[in-house]
Amino acid sequence: MKPARKLPPPLFSARCRACWLVAGVLALVVASFASLDLKLASFASGEALASMGRFLREFFPPDFSAGFVRKVVEGAWETLAMSALGTLLAAWVGVLMALPASQLKLGRGLARLLLNALRSVPELVWAAMLLISAGLGPFAGTLALAIHTSGVLGRLFAEAIENAQPGPAAALRAQGAGATRVFLYATLPQVLPQLMSYTLYRWENNIRAAAVLGVVGAGGLGQLLMFHMGLFQMDKTATVLIAMLVLVAVVDGASFALRRWMTR
Amino acid sequence: MPLNAAARRDPAWLGRVGLGVAGLVLLWPLLVATEFKPWLLLEPDSLRVTGRFVGSFFPPAFSGEFLWMLARETWRTVAIATAGVTLALLVALPLTLAATRALSVSALAGAMAPLPYAVRQLVRGLLILLRSMPELVWALVFVRVVGLGPASGVLAIALTYGGMLGKVYAEILESGDAQVTQTLLRNGATRLQAFAYGLLPQNAAELTSYTVYRWECAIRSSVVLGFVGAGGLGQQMDSSMKMFAGGEVATMLLVFVALVALADRLSAALRRALG
Repeated sequence: MKPARKLPPPLFSARCRACWLVAGVLALVVASFASLDLKLASFASGEALASMGRFLREFFPPDFSAGFVRKVVEGAWETLAMSALGTLLAAWVGVLMALPASQLKLGRGLARLLLNALRSVPELVWAAMLLISAGLGPFAGTLALAIHTSGVLGRLFAEAIENAQPGPAAALRAQGAGATRVFLYATLPQVLPQLMSYTLYRWENNIRAAAVLGVVGAGGLGQLLMFHMGLFQMDKTATVLIAMLVLVAVVDGASFALRRWMTR
Repeated sequence: MPLNAAARRDPAWLGRVGLGVAGLVLLWPLLVATEFKPWLLLEPDSLRVTGRFVGSFFPPAFSGEFLWMLARETWRTVAIATAGVTLALLVALPLTLAATRALSVSALAGAMAPLPYAVRQLVRGLLILLRSMPELVWALVFVRVVGLGPASGVLAIALTYGGMLGKVYAEILESGDAQVTQTLLRNGATRLQAFAYGLLPQNAAELTSYTVYRWECAIRSSVVLGFVGAGGLGQQMDSSMKMFAGGEVATMLLVFVALVALADRLSAALRRALG
């Protein structure tokens, strides 16, 4: 008797869900490239590469004159302050909104809807809208960061509060403590490390966002970048870009160190 | 038994109040640097402008022509994100293979040899550089080089997301059980064979799941890229906002929230299916 040989499965069959999935993804990718008319082939031509090379060469040497460096450092400090204050405000608002969003009451659905709406509009769009009422400058950027981030943090905080152990809260409530004190002395101490770690993580994200918010006129390094790039001062642009990279790296390092220090 | 007054007082109040005051003092320079003046929002001038802008949100623009344009731009936003992530995969895959420690032959015998170690650190540094530049900055640079249009958005997403995907892929490949891959490598399989038959089957679900999540993020950033001229919803939103056309802005915000929610659901469902 011959040993039973199993044929390899067919490449596509109507019952295979993964096949449909892969086919769908391929169709999406092909349709995207076809509809966008990217002319990617023209980038590979010698002329385009040469112009790219010329463009990149203009970045060197970066402008490190003392006066300009001072301006860049001021911009970097402004960006840092925007991200820190925006995150801090967002943490406060996030906690306030997480309270109704984590309760089994009428406010729950409403609070969640609001949080989702705040979250799904990006910082840059908020900033562009806030410029109308807050004017050009870092204040609009800070508010935009705070609004978007409070949507993100509110949702994460609500989940953290929901997942906290109910025991300590129940014990306090049985002793006759009010809702505020139950939250402050039973729930909050439990979830505080988690809230801090979420907040720090968002701070890392926000420093990146704050760096580019200036593109629409909301202050910080982005505004310097837009200004000097618009004037084709590539050496100054290069300095601003270096400052952005350094700032992001420093904040990443600081946040990592803080988180490790707190979870130790 | 009712609590008496002494028990009601917080025993740690001094420390808490002290920390609070210290926090406020540290906060001061931040408030100065960001020109934090919320009362400016409540001045009659700015209130009037805000009121007019927000008031013009109603009714949202729902004319047939506008909706058709909106549908076209929404598709373009999705297409920029999809094309960008596809190119990012092409960037990330070779870099991942070069960066991951899981495919090191010299590390089989203990410590990695100095030259391969240096090469891997170099590739890793390149990945970090690619992803720490925000995609908006890449887009600004590309708009200067290739002109306005979707190409700059696609390239910006390709580079930033290439860096992110490459770094996380390399970490995913290193985090799994290394035994299968090492056995293959020890028995003379090439690195590509070890990747295709050892690492990939083990980690495929996690890699796909992360890619889908990044696609969802790319849709969000592709909207933002429109603000610097990469086309799609963002560009329309920018021009409507500059014309103070509140009705159009309102419709676009609605479309945008719906698009993000849809991508969110789709990606969550796909990731759940991958298990």
